[in-house]
Amino acid sequence: MVKTTYLREKRDTNENMYSAHNRALIELARKNKKIVSCYADFPPGEVAEVFQNEFPDRIIDVGIAEGHLITSAAGLADAGLIPFTHCHALFALGRGYNQIRQNVAYDNRNVKIVLCNSGVIWGGIGPSHLAIEDLAALRAIPNLVILSPSDAVSTEKATFAAADYVGPVILRLPSVGATYPTLYKNDLEFKIGKAICLRDGKDITLMATGILVKDALEVSEALEKKGIRARVLDIHTIKPLDEKAILAAAKETGAIVTVEDANILGGLGGAIAELTSERYPVPIRRVGVKDQFGESGTSEEIKECYGLTPAMIKKAVHHARKAKRGRR
Amino acid sequence: MDKEKLIQELQAKAVRLRRETLLIMKEMGSGWLGGSFSSADFIAALFFYRMKHDPRNACWSERDRLIISKGHSCEVIYAALAESGYIPREELKTYSHLGSRLQTHVDCRTPGIDCSGGSLGLGLSFAVGSAMGAYILPEKKNLSSSPRKQKARFRVYCVLGDGECNEGQVWEAAANAFHYKLDNLTAIVDSNKFQSTGAVRMKMDMISLAEKFKAFGWETREMDGNNMKEVVDTLDWVLTVEGKPQAVVAHTIKGKGFPSLENTNCHFVKITDDLLKKGLEAFVG
Repeated sequence: MVKTTYLREKRDTNENMYSAHNRALIELARKNKKIVSCYADFPPGEVAEVFQNEFPDRIIDVGIAEGHLITSAAGLADAGLIPFTHCHALFALGRGYNQIRQNVAYDNRNVKIVLCNSGVIWGGIGPSHLAIEDLAALRAIPNLVILSPSDAVSTEKATFAAADYVGPVILRLPSVGATYPTLYKNDLEFKIGKAICLRDGKDITLMATGILVKDALEVSEALEKKGIRARVLDIHTIKPLDEKAILAAAKETGAIVTVEDANILGGLGGAIAELTSERYPVPIRRVGVKDQFGESGTSEEIKECYGLTPAMIKKAVHHARKAKRGRR
Repeated sequence: MDKEKLIQELQAKAVRLRRETLLIMKEMGSGWLGGSFSSADFIAALFFYRMKHDPRNACWSERDRLIISKGHSCEVIYAALAESGYIPREELKTYSHLGSRLQTHVDCRTPGIDCSGGSLGLGLSFAVGSAMGAYILPEKKNLSSSPRKQKARFRVYCVLGDGECNEGQVWEAAANAFHYKLDNLTAIVDSNKFQSTGAVRMKMDMISLAEKFKAFGWETREMDGNNMKEVVDTLDWVLTVEGKPQAVVAHTIKGKGFPSLENTNCHFVKITDDLLKKGLEAFVG
């Protein structure tokens, strides 16, 4: 099976994706005097010490005021700076929706909104903090680029890409406290809007985003032993979607399973179903949060409870392939 | 310039803005008359006296910012933009037409507009971010030091409505502006006493906005916002304040200049032939 050369041979390194983002942000800030890092009483991690020592004016905390965080970042951009805002995904979205829409997206401000602790797998501090609808809601706002990296390396690259891009960017990250297996080598080429084909295959395509790309990869590897060749795409850009890669996969493999730690309504699954149903309909099954709120618990418990496990991906593959055979 | 002469000139500008505002509204057949007319005097003073700006270079990075947080009062702003030379006067005829740069709330697509409006309660936050940006030094402590080593690159003026101050985010921004000692930020509340569907006091009694801004740590003054001398004096005063943002509660009359509409809730009115005729007779300049 053809694999991308970007993949590591072994997945034995676990890294924190927020730290990877912070490393990139520090590197960026040292090179580019316009970078400002903003928080709404959210932990800045590694950024705090470096920024306080080297560029104390460029770290801003506005207190527990996420709406103000987003709008004031648009003001900073107006003053010629490149702000990265950091807060809980749910509060950037829930307390800052109108602000993202009006001050950032509509006015096309060069603001980078980092959604921290997104999805349900984090478990963390319960349903009030677990964002399931961020992809669905933000995807419907024009002008936004939405990035959802899958490991530390792609997070670092996504942060650089967000800074390079002139205009509003959403960067979706999982738990800021957990570590996740690193999938990619450091030479990964990360381009906004260009999906990464991790493994090629002709029988079905697994289209995954965020931390569940790893699970999709594992499923593809396990299926290979059974003679099923599952292509795996890392859809790290939710918007703009890589229509070319997705439609090619639909044509060449005839069935799709989407995998995400977000509500399947309007999320990655929704986006791919919309695209393929109009342009090249094939059987599709969506693995993700099935229109439920999150829960407190350990990540393993939650993955099990919400059906976000390799076993459930396999099951979805089985159903999608069955539907594909039924169409012949 | 002689102050008396300045005031006379600004008064003449305000008359002209009201006249043009009326003509702009005619294009749509209706308009945000009350709020445009209540704010016309201090808008004239900001554009033609106080602000450091260059209409030929609307994107000049060091220009003073004007954030129209009460984004509906846009017609008087369009009149001021045309009068200053940001946009051609003929363009005023396109107001609210499909594809026009002159939308029915202030919009960034218009040269001279720094922040799109329409969703109330956001502008002061934008102004805070912009004012912070004017103090940020890339490699030194300035925004975060007290006293500051370097002056702000520009000042930011933000015009709010009194009804708009119902919105919670106004007060997030107010607290944050004090916290960062943004003395390059001036909020002007156009306190015309009416909001969309009734008297401000009857909708949600904010008691005293001046006391509220004071309690948030702002240097605060109240003025008769339709008295040009008071407007000029107050806009001179804001420059003297150090270390704190300034709030100006401008007590104004909704629909100022139209005796038949003054102090009524003329928030959004139909521009009838009769109204237009009376207005053009009253505002000659």
